[in-house]
Amino acid sequence: MNPENELSSNNPSPRAGSWPLWEVFIRSRQGLDHKHAGSLHAADARMAIENARDVYTRRMEGVSIWVVESRHLHASDPDEAGALYDPANDKIYRHPTFYVLPDELKNM
Amino acid sequence: MGGKMYLWLQTHCLAMNDSLSIQEPEKGFQDRIDREIRIEPRDWMPDAYRRMLIRQISQHAHSEIVGMLPEGNWITRAPSLRRKVTLIAKVQDEAGHGLYLYAAAETLGISRDEMIDQLHTGKAKYSSIFNYPTLTWADIGVIGWLVDGAAIMNQVPLCRSSYGPYSRAMVRICKEESFHQRQGFEILLTLSRGSAAQKRMCQDAINRWWWPSIMMFGPSDDASPHTGQSMRWKIKRFTNDELRQRFVNVCAEQVKILGMTLPDPDLVWNEQTGQYDFGPIDWEEFRNVINGNGPCNRERMAARVRAHEEGAWVREAATAHELRLQNKRISSVKENSEKS
Ligand SMILES: [Fe+2]
Ligand SMILES: [Fe+2]
Repeated sequence: MNPENELSSNNPSPRAGSWPLWEVFIRSRQGLDHKHAGSLHAADARMAIENARDVYTRRMEGVSIWVVESRHLHASDPDEAGALYDPANDKIYRHPTFYVLPDELKNM
Repeated sequence: MGGKMYLWLQTHCLAMNDSLSIQEPEKGFQDRIDREIRIEPRDWMPDAYRRMLIRQISQHAHSEIVGMLPEGNWITRAPSLRRKVTLIAKVQDEAGHGLYLYAAAETLGISRDEMIDQLHTGKAKYSSIFNYPTLTWADIGVIGWLVDGAAIMNQVPLCRSSYGPYSRAMVRICKEESFHQRQGFEILLTLSRGSAAQKRMCQDAINRWWWPSIMMFGPSDDASPHTGQSMRWKIKRFTNDELRQRFVNVCAEQVKILGMTLPDPDLVWNEQTGQYDFGPIDWEEFRNVINGNGPCNRERMAARVRAHEEGAWVREAATAHELRLQNKRISSVKENSEKS
């Protein structure tokens, strides 16, 4: 399941002949991660990259593009968000601010 | 209790609140909206929320796409190379806006083909403004100033819309829109400082586009039944009349810089309200244009359908090409495995 465009239910199958959906990731500058920018339809990977260039980098927003066909993306289930992420909430001892230390202590 | 501990308790309790929402999805949903937590595609949402968004986002996408037609009309006749590259860039931006929005609507479970079908069969509406003709070069200036200006007024609050993919698309769009409005105003400024004929052309275009532009905000609040629910769900943040009033206030000042006037004898500054009063809108005209009887409705749809049909062979060829490549890859894998 891809995070943006594939709904577990309620998703009509695309009509025969229509191009598959691709997710676009863009690196805005050397040294930064690729970040999800959006999605588009294209017949193949090369066309997806060309279209992504035209659609998402018209104003110097990117120096590198990744595309992946949406059906190849897998995402966690939002209904499991509680079980997955809540346990982190009560482990504040993982943060440096949890530890009470005197103000005189410098450089730590 | 230290501030940090309090913060922790607060987020922790909110998380427990979330698990309540499994029993009462509608209540949990509204609760998240009220807490300004964005809704994402695979989250639970009421069907009516999904339908309202699909309608609004797809209509918005259609408007961007149809909106390319009246302006594209002037690309070959732009008065200078500078104006020509600008206009091409603007029209290309609008195509991009349509695409961002179609993609946002697709996250709600409607396919691109279905939306295109709805547009071409007249089932889906698009902004009434694009059914007016662009008669002179000044119209391109006025579209940038007033039509993109009204769009910006509408779109800026939508950047905080409760549905994540919609608000993200709007952020991208708003970044691009400001050049659209500025290039339009620059065209008008040049005309307003030109010959008597150019000044007349400028005023004439303002006269023809003013009323249709303020109709872009949609029916008045008392005739707009979905506004209440849309605001509760924080899809919309302001009513049609609120946004329209702001737009009138802004334009009534900007037009002075052009040395032109807005075609409304009732337009007057109101000391009490601190706003501009303006004359009655011809809603009869609005309904007519929305229902397909504006000056260019048929022409616009015919152009859209023709473009779609004439592009069919390109789409088919690209699909066939990709299939052939796939088959080649498969047979070469087979060959290799037979050899070994
Ligand atoms: Fe736009
Ligand atoms: Fe625009």
